[in-house]
Amino acid sequence: MNNQYYISSHCTISSSAVHYNGTLLFEAEYTDVPGFLLSAYQLIGAKYPKFYKMDNLAKLGWLAAEVLLKDFDATRYQPTDIGVVLSNASSSLDADKRYYDSVQEMASPALFVYTLPNIVIGEICIRHHFKGENAFFIFEQFNADFIVSYVSNLLDIQQLQVCICGWVELLGDEYKAVLFLVEKEKKEGLMPFTIENINKITTPPKPSPEGRAFLKNAF
Amino acid sequence: MDKLMADLKEQIIEQLNLQDVKPEEIGDDQPLFGDGLGLDSIDALELIVLLQQKYKVKLSNAEEGPKIFRSVRTIAEFIENSKIPNA
Repeated sequence: MNNQYYISSHCTISSSAVHYNGTLLFEAEYTDVPGFLLSAYQLIGAKYPKFYKMDNLAKLGWLAAEVLLKDFDATRYQPTDIGVVLSNASSSLDADKRYYDSVQEMASPALFVYTLPNIVIGEICIRHHFKGENAFFIFEQFNADFIVSYVSNLLDIQQLQVCICGWVELLGDEYKAVLFLVEKEKKEGLMPFTIENINKITTPPKPSPEGRAFLKNAF
Repeated sequence: MDKLMADLKEQIIEQLNLQDVKPEEIGDDQPLFGDGLGLDSIDALELIVLLQQKYKVKLSNAEEGPKIFRSVRTIAEFIENSKIPNA
């Protein structure tokens, strides 16, 4: 990589909690995964009927992107300037298993659509009209070295001006999403897009009393 | 026919996960695709599965799809006509 880039926002969703730039926005009582995803969707207040049709992995990635981009002005860029590079460990295995079960009777076309992990990227891009470079990679665990290197290269060669990147993993009851919005422009207070910084963010902070207070007026 | 259309509306909502839509909000002649209910091509495939699974009716000619899936009434008419041999 040739240049320094910056993390303009980040979002973490795990353990029934949603963090935005390190602040706890929402924490649900213990519930199953679909129940948590639905309550997070309702809290965000988005009106997007297609959300209900998505599989759990796509819902998780879509929600994380929705929070990540809540203060982002996409009109400053061309649709082809904004890309998405995601990764996880289980690919689309959660939907694959459900699809496998469904074919015992009659295969569900709507479920079949989600038997590819990059559909998460598709759902984010359709929602926000992004048309830039995108890719979905499978690693055993979050690979900060690779993500920083790959995304920085896309920005270096002018393929992208902005990139959403990170980790969106879901299998059964286990899930975790950590997304970063990476931009070229340096602004005060922004963290450099480095391996150390994204590794630090990937471990979410414990909710603070201030964060819980912020939660009440989050959206 | 009215009972079949009412049943179809409930089935469509359940099968297509239209969680923000109530059966009474779907008009008998309201277009289901495009500017109507806003269904897409995957929904069309799910409707074919619904007809086959729930109503035991097969769509043998895909080119007839747009005409059959135009509204709840046209789907109901297709189901009714398909019950008559050689109709």
